[in-house]
Amino acid sequence: MSSASETTTNGLIHPDKPLVVGRHELSSRLIVGTGRYDSMEQMRDSLHHSGSDCVTVAVRREKLYDRSGKNILDFIDLDRFVLLPNTAGCYSAKDAVRAARLGREILRTLGNPGSDWVKLEVLGDSRTLLPDPVETVAACKELVDDGFSVLCYTSDCPVTAQRLKAAGAASVMPAGSPIGSGQGLLNPNNLRIILEYLKEDDPDYPVIIDAGVGTASDVSAAFELGADGVLLNTAIAHARDPIRMSRAMRLAAQAGRDAFLAGRIPKRLYATASSPQEGVISSRPYGSQSNVS
Amino acid sequence: MIEILVNGKTVSIPDAITLEKVLRSVEVPPNYLAVEINGEVVPKEQHASTIVRDGDELEVVTLVGGG
Repeated sequence: MSSASETTTNGLIHPDKPLVVGRHELSSRLIVGTGRYDSMEQMRDSLHHSGSDCVTVAVRREKLYDRSGKNILDFIDLDRFVLLPNTAGCYSAKDAVRAARLGREILRTLGNPGSDWVKLEVLGDSRTLLPDPVETVAACKELVDDGFSVLCYTSDCPVTAQRLKAAGAASVMPAGSPIGSGQGLLNPNNLRIILEYLKEDDPDYPVIIDAGVGTASDVSAAFELGADGVLLNTAIAHARDPIRMSRAMRLAAQAGRDAFLAGRIPKRLYATASSPQEGVISSRPYGSQSNVS
Repeated sequence: MIEILVNGKTVSIPDAITLEKVLRSVEVPPNYLAVEINGEVVPKEQHASTIVRDGDELEVVTLVGGG
C-alpha cells in the first residue's frame, strides 16, 4: 500500500503510474473491446469516451465473396490506440497459437505496436465460455517461446493463475464472472488471493480483471481490490447508451484506482463519530450506551 | 485447372499461381489481411514469390470487433 507521501505532496495529487504490460505502457488502466456494437460509428465514439488507449480485436476469416464494405480498422484511430489481438473462439492450444500468429502478421503489416502481444483465450465450454486451463497453459508456453507477450484470460482460480504466471504470462487476467454475463465480481475473495499470490514477490506484476463487468461500480470494485487494469466490452457495447456508459467506465476506473491508492478505512462493527464528542449541548444518562437499556 | 481450399471453400484456379494473384480477388487492403497456407503464416513480403499449388489450404483472415 502506498503511503500518503507517495501519492500526494503539499495538496497536489501525483499522477498515477502507467499500466505496464510487456513492452507496453498504457496511460489508461481500462482496456476496451470492439465487439457487439450496433454500428462502427457507435463503437468509434464509445472508444473515444472510454479514455482508453488500448482496444482488443478478434481475428476472423475474411468474407471473401460477401463484403459489407466496412472494415473495423477504418473506425479505430491507430495513432491513439494500440491494438490487442485476441484468440477468442479458440478451443485448443493449437488453434489459439495459429490465431495469435495470424493476428501478429496483420498488426506487423499495419505497423501497429500491438504486434508483439496477444490476449490468449482458450475456451473449454461453449455455454459458460469458461477457459480450458490445460490448453491455456500449453498455448501460453508456446507463445512465450515464440516471443509474444501473453495476456492470459483465465478463471478466478488462484492455482491456475499461478501456473500461467509460471508459464511466462506477461499478465494474468482472471474473469470477474462469465464473459458477457454482466454479473460483476462473483468471487472477490479468489481475486484477492490471486492478487496476493501473483504480487507477493513481484508487486508490479500486472493482474487485469477481464470479463463479467456489468456496470461502473464493478470496475471501481476491481480497482479497489488492487487490480492493475480492467478489460471489458459488453457492459459498454450493450448498455442502452454505450457512449455515456463508456464515460461512466472511465470515471469508475479513475475513482476505484484512486480509492485503492488512497487506502480505504478498515471496516468496524461499531460507529465512530465524525463530529467531536466535546462540547455537545445535548446530555445523555451517564454511563448509558443506549436510550433503551 | 487446380483446386484449392480458401477459408473452407473449394475454389478453382487456372493453374498454380502466386499467392499475391490469388489475393487480388479480395477487396480488403492487403495490410488488413494475414494468410496461412497449410497452417503456416506466409509473411506479406513472400506473397509475390509464394506459389499456390493444387490441394493447398488457405486461410485468409482479417480483424473484426471482439473483446
